[in-house]
Amino acid sequence: MANASRYFEKQIRLRPLEIAFWLATLLPFVVAPAYLQLASQIAITALFALSLDLILGYAGIVSLGHAAYFGVGAYTAGLLAKHGWGEPLSSLLVAGALAGILGYLTSHIIVRFRHLALIMLTLGLGLLLYEAANSASWLTGGADGLQGVRIRPLFEMLKFDLYGRTAYAYSLAVLCACFFVSRRIIHSPFGLALRGIRENALRMPAIGAPSRAHLRKVYTIAAIIAGAAGALLAQTTETVSLEVLSFGRSADVLVILILGGAGRLYGGLLGAIVYMVARDQFAGINPQYWYFWIGLLLVAVVMLLPNGILGGLAKFFPPKD
Amino acid sequence: MFASLAGVLFDGFAYGMLLFLLSVGLSVTLGMMNFVNLAHCSFAMIGGYVAVTLANSFGWPFLATLPVAFLAAAAASAVLERTLYRRLYQASELDQCLLTIGIVFISVAVAAYFYGTVQQPINTPSYLRGSVRLMGMSFAVYRLFLIVTALVITAVLVYSLEYTRFGAQVRAAVDNQRMARGLGIDVDRAFAVTFALGGGLAGLGGALAIEIIGLDHAFALTYLVYVLIVVAVGGLGSIGGSFAAAAVLGISDMAGKYYFPWLGAFLIYLVMVGILMWRPAGLFGKR
Repeated sequence: MANASRYFEKQIRLRPLEIAFWLATLLPFVVAPAYLQLASQIAITALFALSLDLILGYAGIVSLGHAAYFGVGAYTAGLLAKHGWGEPLSSLLVAGALAGILGYLTSHIIVRFRHLALIMLTLGLGLLLYEAANSASWLTGGADGLQGVRIRPLFEMLKFDLYGRTAYAYSLAVLCACFFVSRRIIHSPFGLALRGIRENALRMPAIGAPSRAHLRKVYTIAAIIAGAAGALLAQTTETVSLEVLSFGRSADVLVILILGGAGRLYGGLLGAIVYMVARDQFAGINPQYWYFWIGLLLVAVVMLLPNGILGGLAKFFPPKD
Repeated sequence: MFASLAGVLFDGFAYGMLLFLLSVGLSVTLGMMNFVNLAHCSFAMIGGYVAVTLANSFGWPFLATLPVAFLAAAAASAVLERTLYRRLYQASELDQCLLTIGIVFISVAVAAYFYGTVQQPINTPSYLRGSVRLMGMSFAVYRLFLIVTALVITAVLVYSLEYTRFGAQVRAAVDNQRMARGLGIDVDRAFAVTFALGGGLAGLGGALAIEIIGLDHAFALTYLVYVLIVVAVGGLGSIGGSFAAAAVLGISDMAGKYYFPWLGAFLIYLVMVGILMWRPAGLFGKR
């Protein structure tokens, strides 16, 4: 027992590189004040990728419809603000809670399936929600998007300005909080059980682990985080369009996570930085051609770097025990 | 009411036959190697663009472009299978998904680069246009042509799978790959041939689809979902299952568009999620 708790203590301890990383996230305030809007978009995308990492990287649930929870969070925050509840923090909580409820309900379906059926079901549920939002244009504004979203200043003091100072600080704070909660979850007996399920889905129930209950729990947590990311996007941009629920968003976040390295917590963060900065730099070109490079990148990552950027780095710098 | 119902059934069935041509190759190759090839519709797109180019730029007659569309798509899929896909047969489904999604993105961008983002027109010959009247109802000639083509291809496929030596090898490999290898069947070769044939059929489907559903650069993504639904619902490796699933899907999609237009594609996805939850291996799947 003493060994086990020492193992967890060692895992939980912050490494110097991690502290350096989180300090570096403050750099954009000083170095690149013109890019704070982009930085807040990156933080939101990283949060979304983190939530996918919990279910895909740690629990092995492949999802092609994760945008469903992101979209529910975004529409919740957007609709609340449109109907007069513009206070950001409380509506963030409500959005996360609603996405979590949806996640809990769908998790009962998700945990029963594996392989192709699971991929198809997540895809199908995501598409269902997209079509539902498209049809319910009286509520969601349909293809035109949600108009008239007004967000009140944070703590009634900090306005969401054009430069994105508040937006970045707010997104970064939420990302940081969710990240350390996820990190604590992963380095707990529960997190270890999740990795066991990922590695061998049949053996875990055989040794007495409540496999499905574990999966339902982590799926709900991931949905809450995805909902929070969606709410952040709605609040910092003050618009919500159908795109938040689209298949493209689910595919993008998967690409980002795989690019960074799944199952490594920092993979999604790194992937989001690389992907969003590259897209910003290539924004001048036609988006059609942007997807050519993304496609090439995907082929290259799968063929040459099966564990993403972080996996490739880990090969050159093996962790010291 | 009855006439419109028959019309919806006819149009839906023709549409379903198109989906069957597009997806049957994927169903067989997925059943055989468990390789999730999301780029299957890219092969269909190759066939479509080959047909358009030959017909519009070189003045070929429409029917003559069809075999070339088949061959071009088959060749492209054979090359991809030999160079990229075969390295990933043992990899996880996620890796296979990502690689093939990457190929879809590349094909969409390449198509947009060469042909732009507009719908491609094609001239069908006059004997395939118009409609015939039968028992007080009119049937579009092109749709009849489509249904007959699909039925002929189905018959050929079923015959060659059930009654030829190669077909027996393919069935053995789908049922139990390790056992088939143990018996000395060259599964890799059988798979390569099947994969090329499946890609070719998709190419033919893509060329035939231009008249009904159009062809643009995003074809590989738009119809991917439909093809996956057919395969997942029909069950892996089952030609009969794909046929039934494609017919049901085509008819329900057409009926949905005709009777409940405000629902959009909602109905189809609902049918798919429902069937998958009821039978995760598909309607006719064994595994």
